[in-house]
Amino acid sequence: MQWETVIGLEVHLQLATCSKIFSGSATTFGAEPNTQASAVDLAMPGMLPVLNAKAVRYAVMFGLGIGAEIGRRSVFDRKNYFYPDLPKGYQISQFEAPIVGRGTFEIQLEDGSTRSIGITRAHLEEDAGKSLHEDFHGQTGIDLNRAGTPLLEIVSEPDLRNAAEAVAYLKALHSLVTYLEISDGNMAEGSMRCDINISLRPKGSDALGTRAEIKNVNSFRFVEKAIRHEIERQADILEDGGRVVQETRLYDADLDETRPMRSKEVANDYRYFPEPDLLPVVIDDEYIEAIAAGLPELPAQKRHRFVEQYGLGNYDANVLADSRALANYFETVVTRCGDAKIAANWVQVELLGQLNRSETGIEDCPVSAVALGGLIQRILDNSISGKIAKQVFEAMWQGEGSADQVIEARGLKQVSDSGALEAMVDQVIAGSASQVEQYLAADEERRKKLVGFFVGQVMKLSRGQANPQMVNELLAKKLV
Amino acid sequence: MYDKSVAQLVAGLRDKQFSSVELSRCFLERIARLDSTYNSFISVDETAVLAAAGAADKRIAAGNAATLTGIPIAHKDIFCTDGMRTSCGSRMLDNFVPPYDATLIAHFNREGAVVLGKTNMDEFAMGSSNENSFYGAVSNPWDTSLVPGGSSGGSAAAVAAMLAPAATGTDTGGSIRQPAAFCGITGIKPTYGRVSRLGMVAFASSLDQAGPMAHSAEDCALLLNCMAGHDPLDSTSSELPAEDYCAGLGGSLQGLRIGLPREYFGDGLDTATARCIQDSLKELEAQGATLVEVSLPHSHLTIPTYYIIAPAEASTNLSRFDGVRYGHRCANPVDLHDLYTRTREEGFGAEVKRRILVGTYALSAGYYDAYYKKAQQVRRLIKQDFVDCFSQVDVIAGPTTPGPAFALGAKSDDPLAMYLEDIYTLAANLAGLPGMSVPAGLVGGRPVGLQLIGNYFDEARLLNVGHRFQQATDWHQRRPATAPGGTQ
Repeated sequence: MQWETVIGLEVHLQLATCSKIFSGSATTFGAEPNTQASAVDLAMPGMLPVLNAKAVRYAVMFGLGIGAEIGRRSVFDRKNYFYPDLPKGYQISQFEAPIVGRGTFEIQLEDGSTRSIGITRAHLEEDAGKSLHEDFHGQTGIDLNRAGTPLLEIVSEPDLRNAAEAVAYLKALHSLVTYLEISDGNMAEGSMRCDINISLRPKGSDALGTRAEIKNVNSFRFVEKAIRHEIERQADILEDGGRVVQETRLYDADLDETRPMRSKEVANDYRYFPEPDLLPVVIDDEYIEAIAAGLPELPAQKRHRFVEQYGLGNYDANVLADSRALANYFETVVTRCGDAKIAANWVQVELLGQLNRSETGIEDCPVSAVALGGLIQRILDNSISGKIAKQVFEAMWQGEGSADQVIEARGLKQVSDSGALEAMVDQVIAGSASQVEQYLAADEERRKKLVGFFVGQVMKLSRGQANPQMVNELLAKKLV
Repeated sequence: MYDKSVAQLVAGLRDKQFSSVELSRCFLERIARLDSTYNSFISVDETAVLAAAGAADKRIAAGNAATLTGIPIAHKDIFCTDGMRTSCGSRMLDNFVPPYDATLIAHFNREGAVVLGKTNMDEFAMGSSNENSFYGAVSNPWDTSLVPGGSSGGSAAAVAAMLAPAATGTDTGGSIRQPAAFCGITGIKPTYGRVSRLGMVAFASSLDQAGPMAHSAEDCALLLNCMAGHDPLDSTSSELPAEDYCAGLGGSLQGLRIGLPREYFGDGLDTATARCIQDSLKELEAQGATLVEVSLPHSHLTIPTYYIIAPAEASTNLSRFDGVRYGHRCANPVDLHDLYTRTREEGFGAEVKRRILVGTYALSAGYYDAYYKKAQQVRRLIKQDFVDCFSQVDVIAGPTTPGPAFALGAKSDDPLAMYLEDIYTLAANLAGLPGMSVPAGLVGGRPVGLQLIGNYFDEARLLNVGHRFQQATDWHQRRPATAPGGTQ
């Protein structure tokens, strides 16, 4: 049978507030255990939560970013369960009245096509602490630094159909939240974690199959692998006439498999009820308008503008608009050099290539956008060829200065002196009698191909510095 | 000194008739000598008391004393005190020493008042007789075979027996007003949100409110001035500025409309108690107030509503007592489940467990709509009853309790009979309104309280009505005969 995969994602996004969602403790990653836990975070008797206004602001920014309804009166609820790293015995979350309602979100697939993914809701909640099972000799250590860290849980509709779409969705989400600067999006540090709901159904069916939930997957690659694995697992069960059990599973990256969580790890009745220690969050038009007015251009808007304004293809626009820093870099290059297509090409191929190879972020790029624009200008004004430009770029990357400085210092300026070029052309023709013969015997079509040999020889002779256009013109004149 | 009102003690300290150290010693001596009879205190730290009193005397001498500087005040053991055990009447917190002060305690400390000690209470404020304390029951100073009421029974008994000039309490369903009534003192539960809940161990977050307990309305006003106000660290605390509750004392009652809910004068109210209340109302009428019969049609629903909402909130508020970070922890837990179950089995008393079970049940999937959600809907109706009433009257009056104090042990095996004790007080908590109890007579030597319920943030008016009543009556000046120095 042909199966269709149905995937919905729940993303836990850590908001980039300086302090926790209900206390004044810092949220810095990697601090000594329990040094960022106040009496509130420890749930000492009589302690009360106070809502972090910035967390609300960030949630609303996200809501506006996906065109969602903003909950005008959102309510915090208690989600009750016992666990040692949950100090109060309940997590403060939002259940019936989330701060962000239904929205949609455009994602870009590898082939350049786009899809619209529904977002069911997004709500604010606090993170739990961490249980440390190592180093305690059969006991468990508790680190409450993370307890109370603000999270935005973003729940998608079951609109995703395969691993690639799920990853594209996560990447687009990552791009959006880093554009908005509401999260650092650092997946390795747990700033963006993902629960995957996945089920299969016979192709063409509208009914949903029984789903499994894979908890806490924290990289794009693992999401992709976990989904592929889970599709295979469920398909095997269904093909054998079995039934998928609704359960929570863990993805084990080391073994590349999912397995059920112990039933103890899955609480069933959370006894949600409105948190009496907090007032409902009431949001008015004025607040929303002020935030909307301050929103930056978002990835989808930027992508569309890149296509229209610069004539880029969807794929190129998508890559360049992926992060605000990269998009800004690109636009600065365009401004400097005046040619968007060459700029797009250089940024994507040379620049991103170097950044990836050296594992450098765009923020730490040793070649500034202005400098790269300057280099491209030298290609456009025929001072150097594209090939030489790559050498110049290497040198710039190594810190040898601007394009002009490198060209000057290394004597790479293109030879456009017609006398010198003519001498080189003559020398090549004189030394290539058989090729000349072939060329002259060939028809028009074939000549176009054969001329490449002569150009190559001249370039070799000039150590790549001959002006290729002038060389072509000279050859056309001489090879008759 | 011990038989003086706070107002008189304030004047005495100001006029250097005695020092705070002398005053504090006087109460410490009485506590040491007499409290074995009442068991009203859980903790008294004499060294700390005398140090605070000494500091207060210096401040008075330096001429920068505040109103309550040097006044010893007893605090219900539900308020966290930095460096001093805060047990909440529970074995669970028997070893708990908070590293912080409740906002209320911080206010009194800033004022220079002296923390005289921490008073006994029903465990986690759950009870109406103070029999549910890990530290043993409290006796009513008017007759030590009687309960003092609860849950602020220790505070009420300490003030009544003149072991403290004034005390603080908390009131979730009547826990200030009912013991005040039983012990013949004055107590006010302010509007929900008037006094910060920060550092006050939570019972039912949407109902809990702290307030003063003292001999008179005037003394309550003096204390409330120090307690009330916005606390940015309590999201449910009101931003409305607190008033000077002493400023309006003595204002005329001419034209005051007092509503008498017919539901508060029906079956179940002890006849002799009813007579005391009627006499008190006549006194208020004589001072120019008009008595108006009103109705609170949903009164019959207050007990079931309260006994769903309060336990529901309590069941999750008490989840934090898990033996992991502080408080009681069972010996040698074999695993996490064992740690949780044995710690909570050993740490909580029977009534606390009963309410955790009821509350957990009320919030469970499948029961939530029928219980908790329904109770919240009824709560809105109860509140609306009061809103309607306050469009016709300024104050609502009635009995604080159905009758005077009952015998120790009389109802301790019958939770439903015990819950009925709060029938007239619960509604003010459900509606979030201020409520006060003032001594209004004696029935067979047992005090009876007149309850006054005010509109939101109308504490000043309530206190004035109480004050005017006490200008014309002497019930608040009666002292129990069991307490040396008492005159009945």
